[in-house]
Amino acid sequence: MAHALADDQYGLDSPSRLGPVLEIRDLSVEYVLEGGIVGAVDNVSFDVAPGEFLAIVGESGCGKSTLLFGIAQLLNPPAEISGGSVTFKGRNLVQLTEHDLAAVRWKDMSVVMQSAMNALNPVTSVGAQFRDAMRAHGVTSKEEIHRRSVEVLKMVGIDPVHLKSYPHQLSGGMRQRSMIAMAMLFTPELIIMDEPTSALDVVAQRSLMAQIKDLQREYDFAVIFVTHDMSLVRHFSDRLMVMYAGQVSEVGPTQQLFEQPHHPYTVGLMDAFPSIRGPRVQLTGIPGSPPDLARPPAGCRFAPRCPKVMSRCETDPPPDYQVEGTSVRCFLYDAPEVLSD
Amino acid sequence: MTELQTQPGPQDVSPGQEPLLRVDRMSRHFKIGNALSRSALHAVDDMSFTIGEREIVAIAGESGSGKSTVARVLAKIYKPTSGEAYFQGKPLSAIRSRREKLRYSGLVPMVFQDPFSSIHPVFRVSHGVMRALKLHRPELTSEQRFTEAVRVFDAVGLNPGAEVLQRYPHELSGGQRQRVGFAQALAMRPKLILADEPVSMLDVSIRIGLLNVMARLRDEEGVSILYITHDLASARYVADRLIVMYAGQIAEAGPIEDVLASPKHPYTQLLLSAVPDPKAELNVGAETDRGEPPRVIDPVPGCRFRFRCPVAIADCHTQDPQLLQLSPGHSAACFVAQSGAEVKAF
Repeated sequence: MAHALADDQYGLDSPSRLGPVLEIRDLSVEYVLEGGIVGAVDNVSFDVAPGEFLAIVGESGCGKSTLLFGIAQLLNPPAEISGGSVTFKGRNLVQLTEHDLAAVRWKDMSVVMQSAMNALNPVTSVGAQFRDAMRAHGVTSKEEIHRRSVEVLKMVGIDPVHLKSYPHQLSGGMRQRSMIAMAMLFTPELIIMDEPTSALDVVAQRSLMAQIKDLQREYDFAVIFVTHDMSLVRHFSDRLMVMYAGQVSEVGPTQQLFEQPHHPYTVGLMDAFPSIRGPRVQLTGIPGSPPDLARPPAGCRFAPRCPKVMSRCETDPPPDYQVEGTSVRCFLYDAPEVLSD
Repeated sequence: MTELQTQPGPQDVSPGQEPLLRVDRMSRHFKIGNALSRSALHAVDDMSFTIGEREIVAIAGESGSGKSTVARVLAKIYKPTSGEAYFQGKPLSAIRSRREKLRYSGLVPMVFQDPFSSIHPVFRVSHGVMRALKLHRPELTSEQRFTEAVRVFDAVGLNPGAEVLQRYPHELSGGQRQRVGFAQALAMRPKLILADEPVSMLDVSIRIGLLNVMARLRDEEGVSILYITHDLASARYVADRLIVMYAGQIAEAGPIEDVLASPKHPYTQLLLSAVPDPKAELNVGAETDRGEPPRVIDPVPGCRFRFRCPVAIADCHTQDPQLLQLSPGHSAACFVAQSGAEVKAF
C-alpha cells in the first residue's frame, strides 16, 4: 500500500484517499536566547499519509530534530512553537494540554530517539519499562502485559528472555530494537524516529532498516524518519524531504528525487557521497557552512553557498515551486523555459 | 609459511629495506572483571602490517573490532601485550626518554574523532599550533613560528591562515575545527598521521573537503596517514590500501581497489554488501546477516567469524586461519579462500 501511495501522494495539494494522519501547517519553532531569537524551524508544512514512510534529511543544525520535537510536543525552553499547527488525527496537538497529550503518546504516536542508551532507563529491566508504559495507559492485567511484551520483542527479533535484561546487557542494535518494540506496544498509527541507526555499524544499520520496513509493511503505521544520511533511506522511504537552515528545500517521491534532484542543495548533497562502486572521481562537497539562524540571509538561505546563485536570490526569499511532482524552494524553477535545459 | 608472505602491501619489505612503519605480530589484551578474574579481552590479536612512505592506509571494521586500539598502541598510549611495532626500523618499546618520546609524537601525531572536545576552548586556535611548534621545533624564531603556522593553516584550507589563527574554536564550524587538528599535526612535520575517525562527526557536505585535505597532505607534503574508519566508501575515496579488521584480527588486506572489487573474506563481502548505495538495488533477503561482532574474551582456536559465516568448513571451527597472500599484495585470513575456492558468501 505504501507503493500505491507514493504514486499519487506527494505534493501538499493532493489529498490522499484516506486523508492524512498528520498535517503540519506553517509550523515555526524559535529558540529564545539572550543573544536574540533563533528561528530553527521556519514555516514548515507537510502531510503524512497513513502507512507512509517519510524521510527528512539535512545537515546538523538544519532544524530536523527540532521539527520532530515540535511535532511530538517535546520541546523544552528556550525552544517554543511560535506559530502553525500540528494536526494529528483531527486534533491540533499544539493546543492540547499535557494531560491530553499523555493519552496520545505511545498509544497513537510514539517516538524512537537517537540514542537508545539514553532513552532507556539504565536501572530497570526492559520488561519493567514496557510494563510502566502499558500501565500508564490503563493496561493493568499482569498476563496481558506479559503477553504483549513478549509479542513485541518477538516482532523485532529479540528473544523474550531479554525482558529481564538491563539495557547495558544488550548490544547497541538490540537496544535500538527494544526501543522500537516499546514504540510498538500499542500499535500506533505514527512512529517518529530520530536517527535511530546513527550509532550503529553498517551491518546492524541495514538489518534495523529492513526490520523497520518489514514491521511497517505488516502493521501499516506511518513513519517519519530523520537522518543525515540520504543514501540510507534511498530504498526505504516513499517520500524524501530535504531541509536546509530551518526550511524545506525540496520534497518529493524518493525515487524521483534521487533520479532528478532539482534544488542545488539536494544536488550538492547527492554529490557529496563518495561511491563504493563505479569509477573513483574527485568530489568537492558543498563549500562553506550553513548560515547562523539568528541572522538568516535576507533572500534564499542557501544563496551564500549556491553554485547557481542569481542576483534576486540574495534579496528575495524564494517561494515553493511545483516541478514534476516535487516541491522546490528555488528561483531556478520560476521561469518555465529554464526547465527545458 | 615465511613471515614475509604474511605482510600485505604493494611495497612489501624487500630485504634490507625497512618500511616507514612495520607492525609485527602485535597484540593488546585488556584484563576484565574483578581483581580475581583472569579473563582478558583480546582487543587486538597478532596483527602484522606495514605502512610505506606517502601512503594512506585505511583500517576499516565495526565498532569493537579493535581499530582504535591499534592507533592507540601506535601512539604509545597503550603498550602492546606482545609483539612490536617498528617506526623507521626502530622498535617503539625502545623509545623511552622524554626527548625521544617528544620526537616520536611529533613524527607520528594523532588527529582525534571529536573536533569539539579536542581543541582547548578558551584559547585562540593559534595556541595549539604555536605550542606544538615551540615544543617540537625549538630551532624556529617566533617570526618563523608564525610564518609556519600560517603556512600549515593555508595548507589544510583554512584561508587566510593569518586571520583564522586569531579565532576562537567556538567561532569555527566542525569541519574547520577538524582542519585545525590536521594543521596542528602538520606543524610538527610528521611522517605519519594517526587519524582515528577524523570525519565521522562531520556533516556529509563537509566530509569530502576534509578527505581532500588528507589526500593533499599525502601528495604535497609527503605524509603517510593511517585512516581509521567504519565507512568503506570514504576509505575508497582517499586510501591506497585497506585493512579490514574483525574481532581484533586482520580479515583481509590489500590495495583498496583490489579488495573492494574482489573481496576474498566473507566478512569483507558482508561489510561491502551492507554499505548503503543509492545507485544499486537493495540487497536484503531473509538470509541477510543480522548478527553482530563478538567481544573476544579468552578466545578458543577457530575463525572468529565462523558463527556468522555461511561458507564455514570444519577447519574454521578448530584452527585459527592465518593471513596469507592470495594475489600480489592482497591477503585474506580465510580457509575457504585459501583453498582456492571462490568465496561468495554475501
